[in-house]
Amino acid sequence: MPGITREEVVHLARLARLELKDEELDHFAGQLDDIIGAVARVSEVADQDVPPTSHPLPLTNVMRPDEVRPSLTPQEALSGAPAQEQQRFKVPQILGEE
Amino acid sequence: MADLTKLTASGLAGKIASGEATAVEVTEAHLARIDAVDEKVHAFLHVDREGALAQARAVDDKRARGEKLGPLAGVPLALKDIFTTKGVPTTVGSKILEGWIPPYDATLVTRLKAADVVILGKTNMDEFAMGSSTENSAFGPTGNPWDLTRIPGGSGGGSSASLASFQAPLAIGTDTGGSIRQPAAVTGTVGVKPTYGGVSRYGMVAFSSSLDQGGPCARTVLDAALLHEAIAGHDPLDSTSIDAPVPPVVEAARNGSVRGMRVGVVKEFAGEGYQAGVMQRFNESVELLRELGAEVVELSCPSFDKALAAYYLIAPSECSSNLARFDGLRYGLRTGDDGSRSAEDVTALTRAAGFGPEVKRRIMLGTYALSSGYYDAYYGSAQKVRTLISRDFQRAFEQVDVLVSPTTPTTAFPIGERVDDPMAMYLADLCTIPSNLAGNAAMSLPCGLAPEDGLPVGLQIVAPAMADDRLYKVGAAVEAAFIDKWGHPLLEEAPSL
Repeated sequence: MPGITREEVVHLARLARLELKDEELDHFAGQLDDIIGAVARVSEVADQDVPPTSHPLPLTNVMRPDEVRPSLTPQEALSGAPAQEQQRFKVPQILGEE
Repeated sequence: MADLTKLTASGLAGKIASGEATAVEVTEAHLARIDAVDEKVHAFLHVDREGALAQARAVDDKRARGEKLGPLAGVPLALKDIFTTKGVPTTVGSKILEGWIPPYDATLVTRLKAADVVILGKTNMDEFAMGSSTENSAFGPTGNPWDLTRIPGGSGGGSSASLASFQAPLAIGTDTGGSIRQPAAVTGTVGVKPTYGGVSRYGMVAFSSSLDQGGPCARTVLDAALLHEAIAGHDPLDSTSIDAPVPPVVEAARNGSVRGMRVGVVKEFAGEGYQAGVMQRFNESVELLRELGAEVVELSCPSFDKALAAYYLIAPSECSSNLARFDGLRYGLRTGDDGSRSAEDVTALTRAAGFGPEVKRRIMLGTYALSSGYYDAYYGSAQKVRTLISRDFQRAFEQVDVLVSPTTPTTAFPIGERVDDPMAMYLADLCTIPSNLAGNAAMSLPCGLAPEDGLPVGLQIVAPAMADDRLYKVGAAVEAAFIDKWGHPLLEEAPSL
């Protein structure tokens, strides 16, 4: 499999919402290329007819009774908020100004 | 009175129950030890002096009222800073959560409090539990009490170091790829990764949800079992928690024996990269098991050679998804919000400022492995390897009761040696990762000092899922035989600091 280019690392950082500096991108590009080169050996099993395992336990749809229980107060829920207003999380603008 | 910090957890609980020592005295002795040595070791990120003393006073009050005390009542514990603690800072070793005070307790914390365990404080760790040396903590490294210039293992290096430096007789760790067992191995302590789903993950900050497992750390096998029993069991707040009785771990630890058991040696766990002194102590352990009456069988697990590669696709993939919640909007750090930037830009600036290099590497690696065009080749293949590894274990456990191996290929390496060489760092978890991928139970316990460097070597024992008690049965027998051979517990040979 091909390695990873610096351009791809720039794209990944954007997808991952990481505003990285140029020197970080240079540094990570080399390291990620090494790591991807090493982990690519999993592809040796790509053609084998083996079911994938996503989880060690064979669980589906674990349910609990739908009951009202004590929960955090609004003050507690907001206690770690970087900014708040009127008992809500205050966030930077999400939609552009129109 | 004898030095209270040198006693085992079960010994301390006995003294407190009989009135020979009060819980407050025991807690004060440990707080004094922290004051005396933690400047050098840096095991703790936060010491909750008042909270610990209040818990201890409550235990003494209970006893004064004639209430029956639990088997760990009044015993101090060091808690890995990955579990939420109501009103007490929880950082996960990251700047992104610096100063965050959780509004709720993790289930594990609730259970510790219900068992009257005294929580001394929160221990240092690799950021978000990503690492094998604790050097990835945003708050500086922890020293190995055997040699402060060396790593105490990771990610739970604060917990292992607190035990080995007698700052606490019990600690909690979490094990995603070896973060309980590898620190135990390199510090001469005991660490257990329970069966996946055996201990609730509610309130444990998620790194890789299908691999993460909290578990007990201690200086003796019995103490680990007592702690295991206190924290394990079904939790409706964790949908992956196993709804079945906890295996009888304490009973097993009290009745150590390997007579008539079949013990498997995995031949893939040897060869290039394994330190000679580690293999020497491991081979002596195998010989000891034979002397104690076990039948030793060599067997092969051919897919284990792809375990590290599969792990470094699966864990980063899950991490890239789990850590998306750190967006600078609802809790934790927010930077760059000058009123003109969009939420998306503020999130990207916050994450760049808040996460350290290893976390960024893994988020990007996971983002890559999950991206369209690469998903089948990387993540899909890694999931197939996971199946093949589980099948290797299944076949092995048809032939033997437990497997043994070195816990780590080498003893503790010097701080700084591998910090900017991710692939070298990842090799520290070569022997521990398969159990995380398969979800079974595993323990590390001390099996001696490597002759070439005088540093602790760990013996790993692996049991099938839900057979955690076998670890303790074998571990207790091995521990007793080693103490008999050495004349004292291994930690007595550690420097006094």
